[in-house]
Amino acid sequence: MKTILLSWRYLWSRPLAAGLNLLLLTLGLASITFVLLVSQQITRAFERDLAGIDVVVGAKGSPMQLILSGVFHIDAPTGNVPLAAVKELAANPQVARLIPISLGDNFRGFRIVGTSFDYPKLYGATLADGALWIEPMQAVVGSQVARQTGLKTGDSFAGAHGLGAGGESHGQVMYRVSGVLAASGSVLDRLILTSTESVWVVHEKDTAADAEDLKILEQERELTLALIQYKSPLAAVTFPRFVNSATEMQAAAPALEITRLLSMIGVGADVLKALAGVLLLTAGLSVFIALWSAVRERRADLALLRMLGAPPRKIAGLLLCEALWLALLACALGLLAGQGVMAAVAWALQAEKSVAIGAFVWPAELMVVPVLALGVALAASALPAWEAYRVSVFELLKSR
Amino acid sequence: MISCHQLTFRYASGPELAFADLEVEQGATLLLTGASGSGKSTWLALAAGLLPASSGRMTVAGQALDQLSKINSDAWRARTIGFLPQKLHLSAALTVHDNLELAQWAAGQTTDNSRIAEALTALGVQDLSKRKPSQLSGGQAQRVALARAVLLQPRVILADEPTASLDDEACHAAVSLLSDTAQRLKATLVIATHDSRVKRYFDATLKPFLSIKLAYSPLNTGVSSYKHNSDIVGNPSA
Repeated sequence: MKTILLSWRYLWSRPLAAGLNLLLLTLGLASITFVLLVSQQITRAFERDLAGIDVVVGAKGSPMQLILSGVFHIDAPTGNVPLAAVKELAANPQVARLIPISLGDNFRGFRIVGTSFDYPKLYGATLADGALWIEPMQAVVGSQVARQTGLKTGDSFAGAHGLGAGGESHGQVMYRVSGVLAASGSVLDRLILTSTESVWVVHEKDTAADAEDLKILEQERELTLALIQYKSPLAAVTFPRFVNSATEMQAAAPALEITRLLSMIGVGADVLKALAGVLLLTAGLSVFIALWSAVRERRADLALLRMLGAPPRKIAGLLLCEALWLALLACALGLLAGQGVMAAVAWALQAEKSVAIGAFVWPAELMVVPVLALGVALAASALPAWEAYRVSVFELLKSR
Repeated sequence: MISCHQLTFRYASGPELAFADLEVEQGATLLLTGASGSGKSTWLALAAGLLPASSGRMTVAGQALDQLSKINSDAWRARTIGFLPQKLHLSAALTVHDNLELAQWAAGQTTDNSRIAEALTALGVQDLSKRKPSQLSGGQAQRVALARAVLLQPRVILADEPTASLDDEACHAAVSLLSDTAQRLKATLVIATHDSRVKRYFDATLKPFLSIKLAYSPLNTGVSSYKHNSDIVGNPSA
């Protein structure tokens, strides 16, 4: 018989204690797995969507709101800015590339974004079907949009006013789907892209009373915000200051705002981590108590094993092995449970059309879970194993 | 064969025990009698190599115990000594078969199922191999414990109070089983007991045996010692 098998039998000879310890350890490890996965996924999602955007310019208001609405499309924008002002910025020598973003309408909760070809190019998007828009009122839908609404190339749809589902429909002007983007894991998956002109067309046709009114509206054309890439990193020092003081707009650096946001989320993650730590500590103590009482209960049995010729290290190994079994099981179950909860959260976020979280990742940080499991098992079993090591056979003869 | 010469043992804070010289031939039977606390357990522990003698020599199955290193003594004990404790200590978590397998594990041997079946059959408990110890009667449990003790075919069987709390009939059966088993294995049998029925069994069955009675006798010097107060007694017919 192998020590591994024997310790397994001993472990489950007391199913209640083993089950409780397994549960506690699993809960602790699952929490840690979940926290690690969430931090990793959120950071990754943000980094992916932020790639290549140095600064976001839009209407004055909360800089965080500007970033969340303009880059991640999870908040309402701060307002609109005049097209002329943005055009001026595009001509600024420090600006390498300016991507206009116009928001305001949605289709079944998916945002319709008026922009330029630079926007899909920024994320390296490829087409799964069809082509990009050529003229106004043609639109390209993201992969998640296509999947959830069933839109495909050649379909027509009407946008609704507002950013959430259920707004007033712009029934007279229909979009035609010119293509579907391949899934990229970026924010584009849950957007409907069209030309900036389309957005103007929809609203002008909708609100203009006559031809003259239309002309006035044309002169007052607006954008929601602009994503800007600098020519040189040095611009980061002067450009935002220039925008904030010399224009009616504000400039927000995504890197700065996201660092702020992550540090806010980070507090939550730390609390969760601490909680998981307490759980693990409790689990460790529980395992310790179980093993300790096992040694006490089985003292004579262990002494008999010594009498039968087992060296002390073998007896100690038996105890250690029991703890390692628990660690192994809890580690597997904890990782599974953590990934399971993560998958559920990812599903829920996708259903809410919020930040896209990849379904299944296995970041290197997760190595900490088996390490912790092993650490707890070793720490909890050290003293009982030592006690087992010291069991004297002579006790057997005295136990009358 | 077991022999001891000028054997003493001193507890860290206790009396020094001096044991009578004796020589028991391989395959013979030794009764170690005396009241509770008279040093029987200590003698057994010395013979099993669990305690080092303070002075003197003890040889068990050709091995001088003072030559045995601490590390080797475990392996030696596994090979040489079969031990039947008073409380049987069958592992409640394991079946009868697995309890025997446990002995092979403890000795560092690979599982040998045919050997286990053999040992159980020899003691007439082969049908119980799938049971847990809690499902055994007292007599059955003792047979299983004896099967475990002799599984590795030891040269010496040490039995510690094997008849305590048994009625006369069971006592007779237990001693007879021990004696027959030892004979079958040609093992030296040592029975530590304060039960006079054991000696009567050997007297009645005319089986040859040696007996020493241990007794506590403090000396004027303050050093306590044990002396056997009856000479080594053999069965008259032996």
